[in-house]
Amino acid sequence: MKNSKLIHVGRRLAQALPSIVGVIIISFVLTRALPGDPAVYFAGDMADKESIDQVRRAMGLDKGLLEQFFIYVGNLAKGVWGTSLSTGRPVTEELLARLPASLELTLIGLSLAVAIALPLGIIAATRPNSWIDHLCRVLVTAGVSLPTFFTGLFLVYIFYYLLGWAPSPLGRLDILSLPPPHITGFYTVDSLIAGEKETFSASVSQLVLPAITLALFALAPLARMTRAAMLGALASDFVRTARANGLSRRVVLLTYALRNASLSVLTTLGMVFSFLLGANVLVEKVFSWPGIGSFAIQALVASDYAAVQGFVLAMALLFIAVNLTIDLILTLLDPRVGFES
Amino acid sequence: MENKARHFRYVIGENLVTAFAFSLFTLIIFLAICGPWITPYDPLATNASNTLKPPSWAHLFGTDHLGRDVYSRVIAATQLDLGIAISAVALSFIIGCALGCSAGFWGGWTDRVVGRLSDTIMAFPLFVLAMGIVAAMGNTVENIIYATAIINLPFYTRVARAETSVRRNAGYVHAARLCGSRDVRILATQVFPNILPPMMVQISLNMGWAILNAAGLSFIGLGVRPPDAEWGIMVAEGANYIVSGEWWLAIFPGAALMMAVFCFNLLGDGLRDIVDPLRRT
Repeated sequence: MKNSKLIHVGRRLAQALPSIVGVIIISFVLTRALPGDPAVYFAGDMADKESIDQVRRAMGLDKGLLEQFFIYVGNLAKGVWGTSLSTGRPVTEELLARLPASLELTLIGLSLAVAIALPLGIIAATRPNSWIDHLCRVLVTAGVSLPTFFTGLFLVYIFYYLLGWAPSPLGRLDILSLPPPHITGFYTVDSLIAGEKETFSASVSQLVLPAITLALFALAPLARMTRAAMLGALASDFVRTARANGLSRRVVLLTYALRNASLSVLTTLGMVFSFLLGANVLVEKVFSWPGIGSFAIQALVASDYAAVQGFVLAMALLFIAVNLTIDLILTLLDPRVGFES
Repeated sequence: MENKARHFRYVIGENLVTAFAFSLFTLIIFLAICGPWITPYDPLATNASNTLKPPSWAHLFGTDHLGRDVYSRVIAATQLDLGIAISAVALSFIIGCALGCSAGFWGGWTDRVVGRLSDTIMAFPLFVLAMGIVAAMGNTVENIIYATAIINLPFYTRVARAETSVRRNAGYVHAARLCGSRDVRILATQVFPNILPPMMVQISLNMGWAILNAAGLSFIGLGVRPPDAEWGIMVAEGANYIVSGEWWLAIFPGAALMMAVFCFNLLGDGLRDIVDPLRRT
């Protein structure tokens, strides 16, 4: 049985390959779909004829399309993702420098959403038509209708302008604090490692509003799925049998129902992550968060195409990695996987 | 038809929320069609002596940093926002139907190619892909529509494929084939009308998301250019004034956007209840 799980894991890893190939093909098409001459665009507005020719040769634009594609893939593999026009540094360097800020925000937002959505969905499923079930339903429908950028601004208005509880929505730290020494790039973790309590509380207070904004957005699909999956699990034969055998309510709910429901909740989590990576861009703009989303928006405004395409590709690869991880966790969690093959 | 109408009345009467959503929907459609004629002020007219005024009877939603009437701009924006969303959804519906039906009906390599295509689109975080598409094709409203249509395509393709593949061996398909109809004709006249109800549900569930997506793109400065009135760009313009307390610039267009999306989501749930009572939650 252990062996068949291994085979399953291997097969899943192999299944990720076509996605990666597809993503690379699409991002190649996107770089070549630029109206007019791509070399002119990638060289920038200030470029003279010589530097345009240089870019053309570097990108292999003077060769056939298939050959261009292989040059493109080769460059990607070597980490040559082009140079950002607005900063003059390699795109990979720019993205890696900003990734921790975005990841810290996304992960905290997601954890917050899970921490609220799971109990809410479970309670709503165990007490159908109670007030908490109705609350869950309202939250779920309202949650998917909320434009993230609007929620963020609304929270800023209430908690910064009216109440004065939150710091001004400008980045990861206020002007008075210095960033902690770089270890993980997560300011909260780094400041704890360095033992700087004040920096820690400063970074947390900056994080609260954007994280809540993201959480409100991610909450709805998670709570909806938890409720539906728990309702399904609670109505199943094995829960009835467990109840008939006189197992305690806690065991029936958590061990039997929740473990089964968690499979579909985890699958939803992958989809939610896709939406979160998009919503992250909007939230970063609202809170002037110096992550890769803000970088991409600046690049878009400055027509810095290499940076935008690098951002899109990086996000897609990150998303594939997340989905792969979730699927592997599913394989480990699901007792049926070993048996079916 | 009579039966359907009765069922429709029953569902509306049964569920007050759906009735509310339906009346909101009528209002939004009305504003989208008649918006430009019923605004109290010209949505583009600036007035340097009357900037950043809070809501009053003369200006229900106040005025913005150029002295434009926010109320008129919110109403005028309905047309553009809805227009973008409807065009995008219509495009993905038509292309998604064509691809999904062929994949489900013929199977084989058509199915594999279409399936691979939707998988590849779904492998991207969708909003990010839309950003990339607009960046590559150029920053115009048409390209916002194309980008939104492309990222919505997989949802339609999948529903159309699933619904077609369960029907491809149905009795009426065999009967039509016996009568000498060709595949394309069977698809158009027999299969397509039958998969229409689930596709309609998909449309209304998708509509709210399409609006959100388009508004998000223009919020980050893609597509619609100032001074055109559009909810996303109005929120973006108002964002700078929120921290100094001029809330009406961003909150009213944001609320309008939220109401529109909320309305379509409720309507989608209601429509699903009518078409597919089993999946009612």
